[in-house]
Amino acid sequence: MCRLFALTSSDPVSPMDAIRALDVMREGHDGSGVGLYLSDLAGPFESMKDNPVLSGIFTDPGMKRLDEFMEAKGFTLRYDMPITPKGALPTWTPKRDAYVVRAYDVPESWATLTAEEKGLACLRTRLQLKHMGLDSEDITVFSFWPDTIMIKEIGDPLQVGEYLGLDRPEIHSRLILAQGRQNTNYAINLYACHPFFIEGISTMTNGENTAFVPIRDYLMGQGIPGYEGYNSDSEVFTHILHYALKRLALPFEAYKHVITPLKDHEMHNHPDREFLTKLKQICRRLIIDGPNCVIGCLPDKSMFMVQDSKKLRPGVVGGRPGLFAFSSEICGLDLAIPDRDRTKDFQPMHLDSAIVGPDRQEVRICRQSQPLPLHN
Amino acid sequence: MSAVAAITPSQLSIKDLPWQIVWNKERCTLCGQCCAVCPMQSLELGTFRKRSIKVAAGFKNKPENEHTIYYGIRQRTAPHQACVGCGTCSMVCPNDAILPMHSDEKDKLRFHINLGGQPRTRGGRRNDNGSVLDQIKFIRISMLTDPALDSGRHEFDLKTLIGRVQSPLDGLATIKEHGWAPPVREIYPLMIGSMSFGALSPNMWEGLQMGVAYLNEELGMPVRICTGEGGCPPRLLRSRFLKYVILQIASGYFGWDEIIHAIPDMKEDPCAIEIKYGQGAKPGDGGLLMWHKVNKLIAAIRGVPPGVSLPSPPTHQTKYSIEEAVAKMIQSMSMAWGFRVPVYPKISATSTTNAVLNNLCRNPYAAGLAVDGEDGGTGAAYNVSMNHMGSPIASNIRDAYLTLCAMGKQNEVPLIAGGGIGKNGNLAANAASLIMLGASAVQIGKYVMQAAAGCVGSESDRCNVCNIGVCPKGITSQDPRVYRRLDPEKVAERLVDLYVSFDTELKKVFAPLGRSTSLPVGMSDALGIADKDAADRLAIKYVV
Repeated sequence: MCRLFALTSSDPVSPMDAIRALDVMREGHDGSGVGLYLSDLAGPFESMKDNPVLSGIFTDPGMKRLDEFMEAKGFTLRYDMPITPKGALPTWTPKRDAYVVRAYDVPESWATLTAEEKGLACLRTRLQLKHMGLDSEDITVFSFWPDTIMIKEIGDPLQVGEYLGLDRPEIHSRLILAQGRQNTNYAINLYACHPFFIEGISTMTNGENTAFVPIRDYLMGQGIPGYEGYNSDSEVFTHILHYALKRLALPFEAYKHVITPLKDHEMHNHPDREFLTKLKQICRRLIIDGPNCVIGCLPDKSMFMVQDSKKLRPGVVGGRPGLFAFSSEICGLDLAIPDRDRTKDFQPMHLDSAIVGPDRQEVRICRQSQPLPLHN
Repeated sequence: MSAVAAITPSQLSIKDLPWQIVWNKERCTLCGQCCAVCPMQSLELGTFRKRSIKVAAGFKNKPENEHTIYYGIRQRTAPHQACVGCGTCSMVCPNDAILPMHSDEKDKLRFHINLGGQPRTRGGRRNDNGSVLDQIKFIRISMLTDPALDSGRHEFDLKTLIGRVQSPLDGLATIKEHGWAPPVREIYPLMIGSMSFGALSPNMWEGLQMGVAYLNEELGMPVRICTGEGGCPPRLLRSRFLKYVILQIASGYFGWDEIIHAIPDMKEDPCAIEIKYGQGAKPGDGGLLMWHKVNKLIAAIRGVPPGVSLPSPPTHQTKYSIEEAVAKMIQSMSMAWGFRVPVYPKISATSTTNAVLNNLCRNPYAAGLAVDGEDGGTGAAYNVSMNHMGSPIASNIRDAYLTLCAMGKQNEVPLIAGGGIGKNGNLAANAASLIMLGASAVQIGKYVMQAAAGCVGSESDRCNVCNIGVCPKGITSQDPRVYRRLDPEKVAERLVDLYVSFDTELKKVFAPLGRSTSLPVGMSDALGIADKDAADRLAIKYVV
């Protein structure tokens, strides 16, 4: 089972804080890889909030192809944050030609696009780059989105973090998702590494998704750009959230009702019973069935944690106004925020969604038995 | 046989028959019950003359003949009286003195069972014991990477949906606009398939209906039963139990006068309407109720004269195209109940299943598709249709499911699979396989007859005389002297046993796969088979 750690802070923090928290949960991951999602970026990216940032790993020929492609598309490089590895190569980590974190100015032709159209154009650009590199494996792209950096690498999280120099201030951010991999596949594929990202939404999960294949088959049949790949059975959690928020225009509070709907007897006295019954019926193909804890970030910079319907995975949320952490284990939380009121730590149960909003003032608990914030 | 008598071509010896009656003179009490009960009148009381030669010791006296007479059982050999191996004689024999034994070679009867140019008709299933479903294994066992569930202690939701399930976008739009939503029923995924009142005896029907009511109202299992084409008893139409019933309309429209006239009096809507276009046991053939079984009661319910054979046409004769046959009939039946009742077609599995499915997907009123495979059973059909026509259910349902996936409409048109599920007794395993191949529900008929009423028919051509109304167990007979053998209460009890044990077994399959919160429709990653070609065809794992 992988270990998850996430931070949401009013003041920018280093991703190494999250990686160190992962390290104290070492018993739960085997050091086979680390994945990071950073948003609400500080440093030089603070002034480039609208510029899409490309994150990925490239070979030298891949870099050449990248530059040609971006130029042909009309992108202009705005800022390049080189990541220069230092020290010895960590165990298991392959030697890479280039880790890329680059902000681009979008093509002039995008000026007339709506925000939604721009988002779709960013998504399509990422997919094109991803597809370009699938055969030759010279291009690996994790995200291409404003205010977003993703770093994924094979190896022990702490060693990789130090090797890549991730404590540098340019990469500090206010939202961090970090996963320490427990690798269950002999061949490690970076596209199978959490967190997963699509159009401003990112999630990471631990546990096996036993309903993966039917959900994958359904999502792939929807013809929605980006619903592809699925090197990990957890990628569908990100896409279900995307589908619920962006396609169905549901509030986040409905996500839990989509993936783990209430049982009939639990729904009996619910004020939104009629809606929830219908939702359960029409979204039946998106019901998850595994032991899963999902931690993620929303486009509005909220951070959340939800559990499977049997609450078979650990997970805790705690902190203080201005700084909250979501962690697989309490020891991770203890390391990251030792000076919090521990009596207010919250372990979401099978009906709960725990949310910390962009103001980072409190942990809001939304229970499935409560009314949904529906508009009509 | 006289020494000068001609041997006719169809004169058969006992050895030529598929079943030989072994009778034990020493144990027989000559009670005659075996002869009385034999559905085929294969047995008769016989008088046997026996000669013994008495030879005295020495040479003084010549040997003498001694003639004695004894009584016993004689097996008839006329093709229409050939033993069918039902074993009812053994069942009633107080001394276990009689038993039908299967011939050690292929019978010669099969070449003569068309006397008068009439090909053989029979009931039962395809005479083939093979089953791809039996070969499928469940291989994705949760081991350490995720905890296996406890089939006895965890909560399982095994229900499924029948009815047109809207896409999430359409469904939310319907809520917003307060529009019409297609009716959807949440039911138990093991349905009792269509067996008509007429094909089944009144006692069998009553037993099944009682069992279904008990399962629903006492055990909370939403089991549904389909009427088949033969109408529905008027009292049931006007009872609250109608909601557990799927009314079938087929090409003969038998019983539909009664049903239509009962609509204003109905207290409940039926669960659904099944439009039968085909049947797995005899694809391309309509229903067939032979005259033997059309008594006054059956005739009254079906709205026909008694004592005539009732062959339904192979197609709905008033329709000439798929658009008409499907769209208009679905529309008409939906309209009859104010669009509150799901209406879905049933077809026999065929290489053209996907064409039908594509058509249904474009019809927002189509509530599902029932596909009946070649191993389905029937009360009456031509032997050639049963043995040689049709398509296996496994690949057919898989193709249909993958077609739905490609359209992004998986489970929106629920697929109901039937045909040979549990034919070798592996009901839960076969049902789970079909669900994971893509069926939203499965339906059984023959298995219900075997488990709930003791049907002795088999794929080794045992019994299988459902068509002529002589069922030794009273399951498919319309003769009160025969069907009174069957106690409806006991049928109901056994039906409940069947469902409760099935439910436990289904959980025993799903729990180790880590599935409990929803029926694992299409969870093909859990399936494996030790046959490479079958694995490729079904897009499941090849395991050896």
